[in-house]
Amino acid sequence: MTILDQIAKLGQGGLVVVGNLGRAGMIVALALLGPPDFRHGPALLIRQLYSVGVFSLLIIAVSGLFVGMVLALQGYNLLIRFDAVEALGQAVSVTLVRELGPVISALLFAGRAGSALTAEIGLMKATEQLAAMEVIGVDPIRRVVRPRLWAGIIAMPLLAQIFNVVALWGAVIIGVGWLGVGADAFWTNMQDYLEFRRDIFNGVIKAAVFGGVITWIAVFQGYNTVPTSEGISRATTRTVVYSSLAVLGMDFLLTAVMFGVN
Amino acid sequence: MTEFSSETSNLIEINKLCFGYKQRAVLNGVDIKIPKGRVTAIMGPSGSGKTTILRLIAGQLKANSGVIKVGGRDITRMSRNDLFLERRKMGVLFQSGALFTDLPVFENVAFPLRVHTRLSDSMIRDIVLVKLEAVGLRGARDLMPAELSGGMARRVALARAIVLDPQLILYDEPFAGQDPISIGILSDLIKRLNSALNLTSIVISHSVPETAAIADYIYVIARGKVADCGPTQRVINSEDPRVHQFMHGLPDGPVAFHYPAPDYRSDLGLDSTSHPSWPK
Repeated sequence: MTILDQIAKLGQGGLVVVGNLGRAGMIVALALLGPPDFRHGPALLIRQLYSVGVFSLLIIAVSGLFVGMVLALQGYNLLIRFDAVEALGQAVSVTLVRELGPVISALLFAGRAGSALTAEIGLMKATEQLAAMEVIGVDPIRRVVRPRLWAGIIAMPLLAQIFNVVALWGAVIIGVGWLGVGADAFWTNMQDYLEFRRDIFNGVIKAAVFGGVITWIAVFQGYNTVPTSEGISRATTRTVVYSSLAVLGMDFLLTAVMFGVN
Repeated sequence: MTEFSSETSNLIEINKLCFGYKQRAVLNGVDIKIPKGRVTAIMGPSGSGKTTILRLIAGQLKANSGVIKVGGRDITRMSRNDLFLERRKMGVLFQSGALFTDLPVFENVAFPLRVHTRLSDSMIRDIVLVKLEAVGLRGARDLMPAELSGGMARRVALARAIVLDPQLILYDEPFAGQDPISIGILSDLIKRLNSALNLTSIVISHSVPETAAIADYIYVIARGKVADCGPTQRVINSEDPRVHQFMHGLPDGPVAFHYPAPDYRSDLGLDSTSHPSWPK
């Protein structure tokens, strides 16, 4: 392969990336900026909230419980060296509310709901259901993509808060119930340190951004899939990989903007 | 291209239509006129661009150049919103049926009514049952698409396609993969619905006997152009070698049996250079 061929291949690859970004941008713009559908929109949104939110609840809650238990155990082992086990509540809650809650629940959401969204929309494309909608005179971007996008943006912060609550409960079981940290010290230190605006609100914003990004990637991958079984399988994998990387990258950016360096 | 009958006006007029993917031309200057109230078949070998024509008429693909007028309005120049409004006047029966897998038969047929009208539930129920009765599946209203056979799924899709009383129905390979009974039912339905509902029908197909039995006119597409067109019997008796080969299912002819390949003997290593002892 000559150098010119390699440059041409690089250029072609670049064109594909730019084309995909453009299409993804168009999809999200058409979905979010179009006129609202007050007649059918709420019912479609509630159905998707149930699908992406309620069905993700179990994995989020179980994971949260174990993450909280591990955090308490590791935190205790570290803090006891400095004779500061009373700070366990503060350490666990800050870690959870600011970082682990939004990030881990987003990663789980990408694996559970994101992959399901891609597979669902990809199959709708492969079985010509999206084409059928178009010829019936229904815009699939408004009917299929829009409620899923909003459901992701709304469900993700709720799931992250549920993750935080269950994880804190797990930390209390281990820290207070098993390792003997005083319950008063655990809760008081936590309440003294946590701030609603700085910690909880920023965590909610993070989770909403992650929800939007994951659902955007998932619906675009489904919509843009090659309509074959192999194409859907690849698109589903891409959704999980891209959205996981996007969540971690966005987390750094958001953390830098929200918390900066003290 | 021919305007088949002076008595009937054309619902669709396609002029100099060109379409291709990147550097591969699929349609190259196609002219088609679809007369109102008739069944017109667009036929041709696999890969000749028949389904592409259907998708271009439905506005799902954008033509590279040319004009597609449906009821006097150019589909190629319509905005996205106008296109969605225009599509309400058409019904499309996809090859797979394309039923919504999460909805039962009744809701699949009711879908266009629920989206585009504000009819009461009892009115929607009556209309849906009438349409299901027309395709013989009133009793299957509560079944899910996964519980239907291929032929039944297409009949439900047909009921859905006619539920808004469109002017035009596009059938994409309606007979592909069907058993003889389903083929008989579907061809009877296409013909009967066309006259009963005063529709204009376009049947995209490569099944010659079934399509010829119901079509008033036939267009044969080959190599991105219209190879022949006219009343059904005239096209069946066409002397154009490509059309003759297709309509009579001949295995060899202008469409060669062999895909282009290097010389057979040299491909097998049997030529004189690789085997000097082989007689020349």
